[in-house]
Amino acid sequence: MTSPQDFAEPLLRVEHLSMRFGGLVAINDVSFSAQDCAITAIIGPNGAGKTTLFNCLTGFYTPSVGRLTVSHSGHRWLLERMEAHRIAGTARVARTFQNIRLFGGMSVLENLIVAQHTKLMRASGFTLAGLLGLPVYRQAERAAVERARYWLDRVGLVEMADRQAGTLPYGAQRRLEIARAMCSEPRLLCLDEPAAGLNPRESADLSVLLTFIRDHHRIGVLLIEHDMSVVMAISDHLVVLDYGRKISDGPPAVVRHDPAVIRAYLGEDESESEDDANGEDRNRREGQGSC
Amino acid sequence: MDYFLQQLINGVTLGAIYGLVAIGYTMVYGIIGMINFAHGEIYMIGAFIAVISFLAVGLLGITWVPLAVVLVLILTMLFTAVYGWTVERLAYRPLRGSVRLAPLISAIGMSIFLQNYVQLVQGARVKPLPPVMSDVIVLADQAGGFRVSVSALQLLILALTVALMIGFTQVIARTSLGRAQRACEQDMKMASLLGIDVDRTISLTFVMGAALAGVAGVMVTMYYGVVDFYIGFLAGIKAFTAAVLGGIGSLPGAMLGGLLIGLIEAFWSAYFSVEYKDVATFVILVLVLIFRPTGLLGRPDLEKV
Repeated sequence: MTSPQDFAEPLLRVEHLSMRFGGLVAINDVSFSAQDCAITAIIGPNGAGKTTLFNCLTGFYTPSVGRLTVSHSGHRWLLERMEAHRIAGTARVARTFQNIRLFGGMSVLENLIVAQHTKLMRASGFTLAGLLGLPVYRQAERAAVERARYWLDRVGLVEMADRQAGTLPYGAQRRLEIARAMCSEPRLLCLDEPAAGLNPRESADLSVLLTFIRDHHRIGVLLIEHDMSVVMAISDHLVVLDYGRKISDGPPAVVRHDPAVIRAYLGEDESESEDDANGEDRNRREGQGSC
Repeated sequence: MDYFLQQLINGVTLGAIYGLVAIGYTMVYGIIGMINFAHGEIYMIGAFIAVISFLAVGLLGITWVPLAVVLVLILTMLFTAVYGWTVERLAYRPLRGSVRLAPLISAIGMSIFLQNYVQLVQGARVKPLPPVMSDVIVLADQAGGFRVSVSALQLLILALTVALMIGFTQVIARTSLGRAQRACEQDMKMASLLGIDVDRTISLTFVMGAALAGVAGVMVTMYYGVVDFYIGFLAGIKAFTAAVLGGIGSLPGAMLGGLLIGLIEAFWSAYFSVEYKDVATFVILVLVLIFRPTGLLGRPDLEKV
């Protein structure tokens, strides 16, 4: 599984990924790679297959065709063959959701400790040591609480640690979800529209948080986002999808002038898209406008 | 008054046994949202294993009662745990993700299978167990009054139940397994994305419930002194009633429900009629389902349908 030349491998390599649902092709032969210590943004109009890509990466779907390789610490994992909990626990890929999926009935702190389950379970000798309160487990639990505190501090939720996660305001829930993902100590963090529903100030804070994660925790971030102000400000690499295909790939400065991207966002013919003034088209235009 | 006190003691003892079985129902329901219909049979198997292990322990020459009881408890919990794991592996896991009715039916099948398997292997006749603990503490014995007594066995049952309750509440509240169980309860898919092995967590839930049912089996064997292959059915439904009464999915609710069912049964038998004690229990089930489907301690669940 391990050989020296693997160290040159990118953190994530997606090769010829296709995902079909019956007759619908959600992703069609997409290949790209994401580097370690870098933010790779995946953008594209609604329905381009971005979330489907995340679902393939995190074991929700088994891809119809393709290979998804994660390489770090001298090991290589083929995600398409792994169960969801091993993708998270062994290959260390974490994700957040477009519609937040916190454990609403648990406290904020517990949400962050659950994320450290794999480690704690091992430390507790599969529950026995934990039940008896042996020092091994106590120590592991202290470390887990410490890590949770660190991330609560980072996302500014320390004073809410004991509240039920479901009762937090929307923006706080978004940040908590990122904190929870980070508590599982991922090497690849997949964020599905983390700025959705945030006000401009919260979006700016998010950009700061994400660059902090990249620079100080030195992990790879995969980011789906419609908010171009966030995308253009922080991403090192852009991948553009449209109707399940990759239409552009490269640094932001190059991608934003790519005619294929402009066409996808504004439509083939300017006047045609003007007639069709539905919400989604307006969104696309706004996205383009702000970058 | 004395008569009342005696019935109270009997009812609490019975309630403790129902409560232990009810915890198994409630825990499994909590995590997968389905009733484990084979749970009553696990309890029945526990009772049989208790008889067998008492014989085995006796053959080995261990006559000191506390040691014998501890050994029997450990053996029974081990065996019923294996049965619980097997039920989940065969009747639930292969059907996870299929229609909700499918695992329900396979569990009923499992229950029928276990009943008949025990009947075939152990025979249909009632198996007796000579009394293991016969010490009795007399609380009140006035001339002309009713003799109120509590047996050492009743005290053991209560103490053991309380200890197990505390232990299991600790597991759920404090250990990482308990956190994983609560996480799976809320969002299985998300739990797996955080590295929690959902299959294993569910298996362990079945195992924990089965071990408790095993303890209940040991207790009932020692308490009544007889077992047969059919006791699991009625006890299972009563424990299920207890879980529903307390609010299914809630651990303290299961215990409270068990206690109430035990008391209702004892008092009904004492003051009205022994023949109709089961009717009383099931009337409760019907009433709770009609007027308070979430039970006494259950919260109305808006998300799960």
